[in-house]
Amino acid sequence: MSAAISLESVSKRFAPAAPPVLADVDLRIAPGEFVCLLGASGCGKSTLLNLVAGLEAPSAGRVRVPAGRTAVMFQDHALFPWLTAGGNVQLALKARGVPRAERRAEAERLLALVRLPGRHDARVHALSGGMRQRVALARALAQDASVLLMDEPFAALDAITRDHLYAELTRIRLALGLTVVFVTHNAREAVRLGDRVVLLAARPGRIAREWTVDLPHPRRIESAAVAGLSAEIIDRLGEEVAGADV
Amino acid sequence: MAAADPTETGETTGVTGTAVAGTATPDHDDAGLEAGLDALETPRRERPSLLTVARTKVLPPVVAVVLVLLVWQLVAAAHIKPSYALPGPIAVWHAFLHQWYLGTVGGIVGTSLGRGALGFLLSVVLGTPLGLVVARVRFVRTAIGPILSGLQALPSVAWVPAAIIWFGLSNATIYAVILLGAVPSIANGLVAGVEQIPPIHLRAGRVLGATGLRGIRHVLLPAALPGYLAGLKQGWAFAWRSLMAAELITTSPDLGLGLGQFLDQGRELSDMPMVLCAIVLILVVGVGIELLVFTPLTRRVLTSRGL
Repeated sequence: MSAAISLESVSKRFAPAAPPVLADVDLRIAPGEFVCLLGASGCGKSTLLNLVAGLEAPSAGRVRVPAGRTAVMFQDHALFPWLTAGGNVQLALKARGVPRAERRAEAERLLALVRLPGRHDARVHALSGGMRQRVALARALAQDASVLLMDEPFAALDAITRDHLYAELTRIRLALGLTVVFVTHNAREAVRLGDRVVLLAARPGRIAREWTVDLPHPRRIESAAVAGLSAEIIDRLGEEVAGADV
Repeated sequence: MAAADPTETGETTGVTGTAVAGTATPDHDDAGLEAGLDALETPRRERPSLLTVARTKVLPPVVAVVLVLLVWQLVAAAHIKPSYALPGPIAVWHAFLHQWYLGTVGGIVGTSLGRGALGFLLSVVLGTPLGLVVARVRFVRTAIGPILSGLQALPSVAWVPAAIIWFGLSNATIYAVILLGAVPSIANGLVAGVEQIPPIHLRAGRVLGATGLRGIRHVLLPAALPGYLAGLKQGWAFAWRSLMAAELITTSPDLGLGLGQFLDQGRELSDMPMVLCAIVLILVVGVGIELLVFTPLTRRVLTSRGL
């Protein structure tokens, strides 16, 4: 089966003399797969995401994204405050080359998809944190990319809002068949969302272990199955962090 | 509420595709709860009443102006200086009325305002691309960035003698001095505006595919707008004071009579009420343009961004 994303012996250092941030990372992600990159701060998980997004180039190895275009969502919603919610979505449509006449209707359709119907003309600052992240998701979807890269997109939200966005994201990515790479430092979040959890070790960043999450959707973050697997992952993460200190 | 809905209908309907078109089922608990959360979290803003605005925004400056006039009148009435050297506000008001009935005030203010506006617009046309290049091209920035900041610190009245030698007693001299005063401010404002853009906005623009000219037009310029507006405001202040310096020195019968020339006439006639009248008019016009043009513009931009 052909991969949507493949990394072959990828290394990254920011200066020739600096220690590598990522060393010899091999990762294949299948089309439609939801992979969570889990690790402590500074393990290079955001760097890995930037490599896949093409925002940075690897120092060695190959990053290929046969699936084509990638869309990115950041921790900060990164919406443009001078545009309305719909204006933000429309800018992505414009950059993609959607004709002007179709943009408004398409933006409204995407906002309805993230459950913000009728909010096309809302100002970004007039929306709640959860709503802003949903607009950001709609803007990312407007790029019509088959790969969605997410860098801790829900980290700044409260637990209740976050829980609902988990459900929204799962619903949308399953419906659209998106390939998702989701960076997080929250093991429960990773198990709640992912088909696969990839644990990154730090200094240098490398893949320490992987888990396939064989739980059916819908999942609940409070369920015993999610809690059990995330406890195992957290234990392993603890070993990695302790090992890095030596 | 969430506990009563363990099946997460949102996901299951999504999988079958109905919710993809954005048609959430009506009995959708998640959507209802979400809307409730959104409503709770959405910031609300109340408009202050007209009375509150009058009390908090209008009253303090009015009190300050009245106090200044009062103290001025008291000092003048105390005859510390002879009244021809320090006339009170009433004498200055009479000087203004005298000019008003002569019908010269409109022409004088109009001449200066016209020069100021044209000079300012020329400065915007030159300063904007200059600022953009300095902000975005590293080499240019290293080369002329410090010079631009230095020019901003140089009082533009220093350019008047040079400009007179280059252009004589002409409008060209006046415009040259305005440009040398205002262009650095406007360019620096844009540079500062670009510097203050959160890097996340530029990255977001890049991942959206808004690059090159499209990135400048749709991301860079709007993101830099608050800083740019601050630069324009300062540019106007510099243009206006440069204009006054130029008019004060560049007096000639061939040139139209502006506020600066009017002020110089007052000096030549040793007519202190006329001099003070000119100073007050210069102040009023300069502040008036700021209050009528730049303050509302800045406020509109900032409130639309929730700042």
